[in-house]
Amino acid sequence: MRRLNISFQLRRWRALKETNSAEETKVFGFWVYLMTDLIIFSVLFATFAVLQNSTFGGPSGRELFSLPFALAETLILLTSSFTCALATFAISQKQKKGALLWFLITFALGLSFLVLEFSEFAHFASRGATPQRSGFLSAYFTLVGTHGLHISVGLLWMFVMMLRIGKARFEPPLVSQLLRLALFWHFLDIVWVFIFTAVYASGHLL
Amino acid sequence: MRDWFLGKLTLEALPHHWYTVGGTLSMLLLGVGFALFLTKKRRWNWLWKEWFTSTDPKKIGIMYMIASALMFFRGMIDAAMIWLQQALGADSQGYLSATHFQEIFTSHGDIMVFFVTMGFFFGLMNWFVPLQIGARDLAFPFLNSLGFWLYVAGAILINFFFVIGGNFANTGWIAIAPLSELEFNPGVGVDYWIWSLQLSGLGSLLAGINFMVTIIKKRAPGMTLMKMPLFVWTSLCSTILIIAAFPVLTATIFLLWLDRFFGMHFFTVGFGGNQMMYFNLIWMWGHPEVYILILPAFGMFSEIVSTFSQKKIFGYTSMVCAALAITALSFLVWLHHFFTMGAGADVNSFFGIVTMLIAIPTGVQVFNWILTMFRGKVVFATPMCWFMGFACLFSFGGMAGVLMAAPPADFQVHNSLFLIAHFHTMIIGGAFFGIFAGISYWFPKITGFKLSERLGKRAFWLWLIGFFVSFVPLYLLGLMGATRRLDHYSSSTGWQPLYITSAIGFLIITCGIIVQIYQIVVSIKERKQNLDTTGDPWNARTLEWATSSPPPFYNFARIPTVTSHEAFWDMKKEQKSPKRYEDIWLPKNTGMGIYLSGFAFLAGFALVWSIYALAILGLIGVIACIIIRSIDEETEYLIPASEVARLERN
Amino acid sequence: MGLRIRIVGFASSLLLTLAAFFLAAHPDFFPVKVQTVVALLLVLAFFQATAQSICFIHLWREKGVPWNLLLFLSTIGMMIIIIVGSIWIMNHLNANMTGL
Repeated sequence: MRRLNISFQLRRWRALKETNSAEETKVFGFWVYLMTDLIIFSVLFATFAVLQNSTFGGPSGRELFSLPFALAETLILLTSSFTCALATFAISQKQKKGALLWFLITFALGLSFLVLEFSEFAHFASRGATPQRSGFLSAYFTLVGTHGLHISVGLLWMFVMMLRIGKARFEPPLVSQLLRLALFWHFLDIVWVFIFTAVYASGHLL
Repeated sequence: MRDWFLGKLTLEALPHHWYTVGGTLSMLLLGVGFALFLTKKRRWNWLWKEWFTSTDPKKIGIMYMIASALMFFRGMIDAAMIWLQQALGADSQGYLSATHFQEIFTSHGDIMVFFVTMGFFFGLMNWFVPLQIGARDLAFPFLNSLGFWLYVAGAILINFFFVIGGNFANTGWIAIAPLSELEFNPGVGVDYWIWSLQLSGLGSLLAGINFMVTIIKKRAPGMTLMKMPLFVWTSLCSTILIIAAFPVLTATIFLLWLDRFFGMHFFTVGFGGNQMMYFNLIWMWGHPEVYILILPAFGMFSEIVSTFSQKKIFGYTSMVCAALAITALSFLVWLHHFFTMGAGADVNSFFGIVTMLIAIPTGVQVFNWILTMFRGKVVFATPMCWFMGFACLFSFGGMAGVLMAAPPADFQVHNSLFLIAHFHTMIIGGAFFGIFAGISYWFPKITGFKLSERLGKRAFWLWLIGFFVSFVPLYLLGLMGATRRLDHYSSSTGWQPLYITSAIGFLIITCGIIVQIYQIVVSIKERKQNLDTTGDPWNARTLEWATSSPPPFYNFARIPTVTSHEAFWDMKKEQKSPKRYEDIWLPKNTGMGIYLSGFAFLAGFALVWSIYALAILGLIGVIACIIIRSIDEETEYLIPASEVARLERN
Repeated sequence: MGLRIRIVGFASSLLLTLAAFFLAAHPDFFPVKVQTVVALLLVLAFFQATAQSICFIHLWREKGVPWNLLLFLSTIGMMIIIIVGSIWIMNHLNANMTGL
């Protein structure tokens, strides 16, 4: 129960000075977590690199991947990272409506990315290129699929945050959570840059 | 339809072997006994409110240590069964079947590494990292609680096969492929291994993140990095390793699970799987893991040697550099665990050389400890005895390690008992002796009274002598050609006398453990005679001793300002007293860690048995808990300055 | 100020992505081996990651001790050890043990 008497509020205000450092600590902690996520991805990248020729007579990357399709996915995700950056800019300018709008666009773009990715997976599956077909395909589906899983988690988080932006004011705890979400989203785009390069582009060439 | 709600469960999964019945009954008796005790003393509410939902690192630390002690007994029973089997196993199958024996040494390794050693270290770090840096709590108190309960979920899951399933993994403690694949292990044993390690691994990762942010961001004003106590430094290095290595374990076990659950082909035989990649990945985690297990012990010994030599630690800067060097180098040596797999001379020689290099910073640490003792007024209290034992054993075992770092030598002793003796020397002589030293050193701070010195020294001697009697035969056996994990062998090898000697050594160690338990009981009885009234029974040098024993729940009434690397020593000399008290905000208790871990346990159990409905329910529960917790804004409570003043006066 | 750097980040990432696509789609454009093209693609990816880290994540702007940057660089170091180390080891193992 929140007490409304003055001395409590004074104390809360003094504590809020410390709150900024508490929020900074949370962002730093989230950053440390993101580093561990990068390590997980590097294991998946390493496994993909080791297994990329283990096609066991099944389809290879060259046969399966469509470079223009991968480019489309890349551009959509890149744009969503940009709109997410615009959202954090709006937050820094304390524009609630702007932030909500840009997060909405980011969400839509992220959802489109997922839809494209699902359709790609379904297309491969219809050609018999399932993750059970070969070591190469297991590695491909796991690397790209784990990235897609992270995108899904990000979208769920974004959905919850959009509801909260609608209801609450831009107090430091809410702003800090939004900044962490944006950090997460930007990171997913950076990981995708390497997926595009090491999986699709290289797969097309090698 | 049946699959969705019952998965692979059948009536056969209920206990019907002597050991599953025995295991289930033991756990049941323990649980029911504890429940009856709580009911009689009307302590259920107290247990929930004061302990289970607490976010206080001192309470969480004690819970970690109690859980680790329980798991230690389970691990020692496994060890006893191994020793007995091998002592009896000349020309006979002994009393265990081959598969059962394999399950025992697998669970022995996993329990001792993941649940005992890491649990004790997390317990001691929870208590003393905040106290030594002048903080009240970790950076993320809720994550601390969550990490502990995930560890508990993993501990329950690794023991759950006794109740439902009947089989644990029989693959060795790291479950190497392809033996751990579906083709050769279609039962649920490996799946129990997978999920108990995923849950506890996640807990360890959260704890690692927590401690890293705490040490970097939550130090008292004036405590720069180079003024931190060495225990904090080595804890920081340990968390760097946790953050870098545990994600590798998570990812690798995830890939194994994908192979088993979805029929993928990362490590299968055929279809393009590469089993050698499993070795590569698992040891990429496995090597930093053993340094995670030893670095906190190094830090504890630095504190202990300095206190009981009544001298500043010799070469503080070089100790810090050595710890950092060990941390960095530990990422570059993992291939020495599979020299014999055939990577060739150039790869093997690179990793062999770097492995030998790690001995150098380790040597720096040992020499600095010895130089601290030199010309100091050394007091051989129990913690110092444990240090002396450690110094001998760790050097001895370390030399065995350097021997194996040379690939040609390793080809002779790889996977022999020489290797077993080496790593047990390091873990027991290094990590365990460190834990025992730390517990006897810090016991008065935690409880307010000292442990019996007389019994402590007896326990130490029993452990030390027992260790030599146990493991020197194993070094010899290894050099004679005995491989590890043998459940029976021919008596013509002449190995049986050595195996029997080793088993006798185990009995001596067991006496040591009994003395330790007796020591705790006696010390509790005699506590009034051994009270620590000053908060500083050993005349020590670091900040944790500046509080009462035990400390108040807020640790420090005022966060101290630090001016040197021996903060408390300076404070004692200056005799400052606090001028003004301030408001203190502390985190509230929360049950969310328990609920989340409960759902995670259900999901893990469901995935072991392929019970899809329960798995989805568990997953939804976990997500719901995360969302609910993330929108909870009232997570702290206030202690006004006047209340702090009143508490301090009492 | 904040708006400009975000636009710069987006524009440079866009350019680098299109450049990478072009290079992958027309590897014969430059008279070099395929492996060199792959290496070039990786270099482009690193540049884009750096651009996004600076422009979207504001990595270099932290005051005081740059813990974020230090952690990030260490993690990148770890990632290189994991990926390059695994490829090096597995290539040798594959060559010696399976003849691939």
